[in-house]
Amino acid sequence: MSERETASLIPVLSAQELAAIDAEIAHVPYRAAVAIDALKIVQAHRGWVSDESLQAIARHLEMSAEELDGVATFYNLIYRRPVGEQVILLCNSISCWIKGCDRLQAKISSQLGIALGETTPDNRYTLLPVTCLGACDKAPVMLVGEELHEDLTEQALNRLFGEGET
Amino acid sequence: MSLELPGQDRPLTRNVREDRRPTDLAAYEANGGYRGLRSAMGKLSPADCLQILKDSNLRGRGGAGFPTGMKWSFVPMDDSPGHKYLICNADEMEPGTFKDRLLLECDPHQLIEGMILSAYTIQADVAYIFIRAEYHKAAQLLREAIAACKEKGYLGDNILGTDYSLEMHVHASAGRYICGEETALISSLEGKRANPRAKPPFPQVSGLWGRPTIVNNVETLCNVHHIIERGADWFQSLGLTGDAGTKMYGVSGRVKNPGCWELPMGTPVREIIEEYAGGMADGYQLRGFLPGGGSTDFLTTQHLDLAMDYDTIGKAGSRMGTGTMIILDDKTCPVGFVKNLMEFFARESCGFCTPCRDGLPWSAQVLDDIEGGRGLPEDMDTLARQVTYIGAMGNTHCALAPGAMEPLQSALKYFREDFERHLNGGGCPYCDGGTA
Repeated sequence: MSERETASLIPVLSAQELAAIDAEIAHVPYRAAVAIDALKIVQAHRGWVSDESLQAIARHLEMSAEELDGVATFYNLIYRRPVGEQVILLCNSISCWIKGCDRLQAKISSQLGIALGETTPDNRYTLLPVTCLGACDKAPVMLVGEELHEDLTEQALNRLFGEGET
Repeated sequence: MSLELPGQDRPLTRNVREDRRPTDLAAYEANGGYRGLRSAMGKLSPADCLQILKDSNLRGRGGAGFPTGMKWSFVPMDDSPGHKYLICNADEMEPGTFKDRLLLECDPHQLIEGMILSAYTIQADVAYIFIRAEYHKAAQLLREAIAACKEKGYLGDNILGTDYSLEMHVHASAGRYICGEETALISSLEGKRANPRAKPPFPQVSGLWGRPTIVNNVETLCNVHHIIERGADWFQSLGLTGDAGTKMYGVSGRVKNPGCWELPMGTPVREIIEEYAGGMADGYQLRGFLPGGGSTDFLTTQHLDLAMDYDTIGKAGSRMGTGTMIILDDKTCPVGFVKNLMEFFARESCGFCTPCRDGLPWSAQVLDDIEGGRGLPEDMDTLARQVTYIGAMGNTHCALAPGAMEPLQSALKYFREDFERHLNGGGCPYCDGGTA
């Protein structure tokens, strides 16, 4: 495959994405320094970071795609696989564990038919564990999208996700 | 939750409302906000400010308790060209810690005022707030607050008409606990994998992009303008013991009223648990507690009358850490408790050094075997060996793995009979680890 053909496979980042990335570049000493910001910007627009997006970002930041992938895969909130419209981040750190997060995780898995790391067939939800969310006085807690749900109960999960196959 | 008690000085939470509604610039100024900045700029030199900070005995509130003034004194203060950086560590992720969220969401301007005076003291010209990805609301409030400060002349060029200028940015992270380690945080802010760096060189000399850099926790920086405005003696007088100031203390677990309160430094453990957290929930007894987050050693009922300050808790064999306690009750399995923490630390290892990358999953596996009834008597020796080798500072690249060993080593000391019951009885004697 010629270089031109390869280049044509790499999608161009949107003007909006480029503007946001360039605004970050303006206050750092070299382009690759905004790697994480750029990944987050593209993810905010596209939901996740595909191989093609990764290559386009790397090219814009004048770094290799491999190096950028090393950064992307380090961070648990950069998604290198497609995720649902809303990501459920269920805290499973100590204060939430004491208050029964394992039971809640089993409940959500049964309601939505997905294990940790999976996405519902209708593409609505992805379920992931997350580090202590800093709301331990309200344990157990989870984030759905950007919304924090505190003092979680099975009843609250029923209201959010329906009864499921119990 | 009532944070303000009559007659007691609570500088950090004076603008925290019952409903946790954020304090905007107008309300902040109406309650004396930016008075510390106005009283210092153009009147106190950076050296004056540093001396006040040193005299105040403020110690780092992120967990290590290192004297803040001393930390700052290593920043070169010559006129050599190039940037100097101040970074606020708002990457609150220590399990069981929920104090910085309160300060960030309820009073963002307090942090910004503290940061401006801190940056002025070390003559930094750029400041970053490194905030964890999940604190969406706090990041938005901080961005709005920074914009409001630029309009008012508190940030930007020639602050309040002086020749001092400072720009401030919010950097929202992308996850991973290790980013809270200050050199890993710097790596992450540079757009790299968050591997910690070897010290020396220390960040004060060679930090962000190789330039002098100070990284401080949210709560530490929130104290700074109060100290500069009201003086070192005032700050010293707030503490009940030899340690100065107030402290954001918290309690989570099976207590009646889990929460976070600003109290005088050195408030006794018993008072925090029994009066502020309301004592144990009905039907539960206290067995032990981690004093300040997931990487501190257990203390038990014999330690309830100790003062919660860095030195007292340190002498008792633990660390005050973040000051937010996690309670172990009598119906929760200590082995399951430690296993949860070990799995957390194994997951969050950056993978850079072998003892941490391979050792923590090994410890987690042994604990899982014991909890699941597959344990062998020799597992107790294996765990003890892991504590010795992985827990020793110097065997690992950073403090994550030694921190991971602290709850385990103290559980082996205080709850050994629980481990033995698991080994002798074919698994966990508690119902679902006690979390059902």
